[in-house]
Amino acid sequence: MTLTVGALLALSFLISVLGLFMFIWAQTRGLMRAGPEAAQVIFETGELGMVEEPGISVTQRGALQRAESNANASATHGDAQRATHTRPDLQAREVQDRSSRAAAFAFLTSSILWLVLGSLAGLIASQKLTSPDFLVQSAWLTFGRIRTAHLNMVIYGWASMAGLGISLWMLPRLLKTRLVGERYAVAGAGLWNAGVAAGVVAILAGWTDGLQWLEIPWQIGILLALGGALSAVPLFLTLSRRNVDHLYVSVWYIAAALLWFPILYVVAKVPYVHFGVEQAIVNWWFAHNVLGLWLTPFGLASAYYFIAKVLGRPIYSYNLSLVGFWALAMFYSQAGIHHLLGGPVPAWLQSVSVVQSVMMLIPVLAVGVNQHMTVVGRFATLRYSPTLRFVVLGAALYTLVSLQGSLEAVPFFNRLVHFTQYKVAHAHLGLYGFYSMIMFGSIYFVMPRVLEREWPYPKLIALHFWLAVTGFAIYFVFLSIGGVLQGIAMLDATRPFMDSVNVLTPYLKARTFGGVLMTAGHLVFAWHFFAMVLDRGTIRSGQAFIGGAPSAGV
Amino acid sequence: MNRVLTIVIGALIMLAIATLVLVALPYRELQDESPPEQLKPYTIAQLRGRATYVSMGCVYCHSQQPRAATLGPDALRGWGRPSVSADYAYDYPHLLGVSRTGPDLFNIGARQPSVDWHLAHLYQPRSVTPGSVMPSYPFLFKVVAHPGPNDKVVTLPPQFAPAGGQVVATQEALDLVAYLTALNHTYPVPATESGVTK
Repeated sequence: MTLTVGALLALSFLISVLGLFMFIWAQTRGLMRAGPEAAQVIFETGELGMVEEPGISVTQRGALQRAESNANASATHGDAQRATHTRPDLQAREVQDRSSRAAAFAFLTSSILWLVLGSLAGLIASQKLTSPDFLVQSAWLTFGRIRTAHLNMVIYGWASMAGLGISLWMLPRLLKTRLVGERYAVAGAGLWNAGVAAGVVAILAGWTDGLQWLEIPWQIGILLALGGALSAVPLFLTLSRRNVDHLYVSVWYIAAALLWFPILYVVAKVPYVHFGVEQAIVNWWFAHNVLGLWLTPFGLASAYYFIAKVLGRPIYSYNLSLVGFWALAMFYSQAGIHHLLGGPVPAWLQSVSVVQSVMMLIPVLAVGVNQHMTVVGRFATLRYSPTLRFVVLGAALYTLVSLQGSLEAVPFFNRLVHFTQYKVAHAHLGLYGFYSMIMFGSIYFVMPRVLEREWPYPKLIALHFWLAVTGFAIYFVFLSIGGVLQGIAMLDATRPFMDSVNVLTPYLKARTFGGVLMTAGHLVFAWHFFAMVLDRGTIRSGQAFIGGAPSAGV
Repeated sequence: MNRVLTIVIGALIMLAIATLVLVALPYRELQDESPPEQLKPYTIAQLRGRATYVSMGCVYCHSQQPRAATLGPDALRGWGRPSVSADYAYDYPHLLGVSRTGPDLFNIGARQPSVDWHLAHLYQPRSVTPGSVMPSYPFLFKVVAHPGPNDKVVTLPPQFAPAGGQVVATQEALDLVAYLTALNHTYPVPATESGVTK
């Protein structure tokens, strides 16, 4: 097989270049028919320059609109367009929003419960790393299990369900039709919840498949596979009834993610097929792709929709977003083996993954430039829109985490930080800094439309934001520094291994403190969420906005 | 309609390429590999111990993949030669691990063959390794007033011994130690067998 080493590397490069040429060819032949009109498909006539932000009060909305209009000198819209609430296209949007209420509500409510439980498990695990005799009397709470319960709850409970809920809510708006087959998604939410709950109990009880990110036993994993498949049904039913000429880029990401995940999960979970090192390879191919081909598409789909929609401004370049999509699919899917660099894995495979990890610069810069250019000059709007504040921060951190990921795959740096807490900090930058921030912002936009009710305590949104941001900044900065120091100690043969343990301790304590703030933020978020669901708190206008106007409400 | 098809087919092709390169080809390359002659299959007790290792999540802090000298001082720390894929022939699920909060354990049986040390270490890691952050596993042990003749009593420094009884290992603890002491991959392998050591 030595011949394949160079040959495969050359082949993968060739396919990449070929793919690029095919893309350019398709572009020039107009096969992808994309342009400004595709970017504007999420707006009705006259909506450009009109902000939409259901998460805030009327006065805040006015301020947001002024901030946007100031930045947009050519805009003649603004107040003149305010009287559009009687227009049929906005009434149609109200119908679209109502068609996905049950599905979005089921997924988002569950996701928030999992977020709270997952955060608490994470806190316990973090505390255990500095107090090893904390809660050791029961096997259920041993570090190896509570840490794993944390991971599975936040990935499959919080992140996946939030992504599915937001995606199901966006679909009718993106396709300008009612969500078809909503009940499949609601049933999917039930199965998915059952799968995560049973899986977490199994892990705590000691029944696990033993592979990182794939711990939930395959017998229970069937529930996840079925739940995921059911949730994909409305996508394809709704696609077939769409009333738009152009599929907005968010639809591309959502459709691909819903196709990819079941395949990834089934291939990785099929029992008694994988063996030894080959199993390790499949393990990290999967674990990396859960982030790359499942959660990242949801996060980017939300960012592409909500940034444009809140600002009332089409994304900077629709073509660039398509480059980003295909390059992500191409390169991210092959990068996973960088988790095993230097291990007993065929060398050609490691080379492929390093090359593709570095190639990830292309989709990341495409997305980063695109989203930055959409917001640039309008940062004042972040003061008034909680959705924008969370989503724009998340999008910026996406660029950061991806550049960091490419750097970590480069051998000289990998040698230092492999096996250290630096990787844990990196994983949280991706899943929290990037993904969760975007989901928080999206939920603040979506819930008022789902419940047709305002957020009762706007100040709690700001409190949630600052707790999450401060907590996470502490978490990330300290754990990254600690990880590098740990790596330096481990690589130094003259220092005993214990040095790498001791040097970490203060940084792990800081991490726990950051985690406490983050968890406090989640508790505020959850409390606010359920106060809204139960209709507690001050009633201000009693209405949630749609487009530029208050909706009928209930 | 053709635009939806573009997404579906394109997305599937991309994933197919990745699956081919990252799953199918390694499967083909590695499936015919035979285990090294000196590598013994696990005994039943060792397999039970391995299952405990898996269920306690030891893999989240301990790797089982010593690396070449160019990648770190693993050999100098006594963690053994760089592992090769054939070393893992009997491992299901794999336990390579990607974190070293604790040391690599691929050759812990060669480095620390003492059953007594392992039992004391599992009952209370800090009794034998001061400063360790490994959790203690008291639930793998029993405290009894009068150990029976077949009981394996754990020897502990006095400050770690419980008052009013002696610590006795359960079968689960003994099996786990049987697995740990069997982790010994110090036999030589031809350097060409690994794509890494070249």
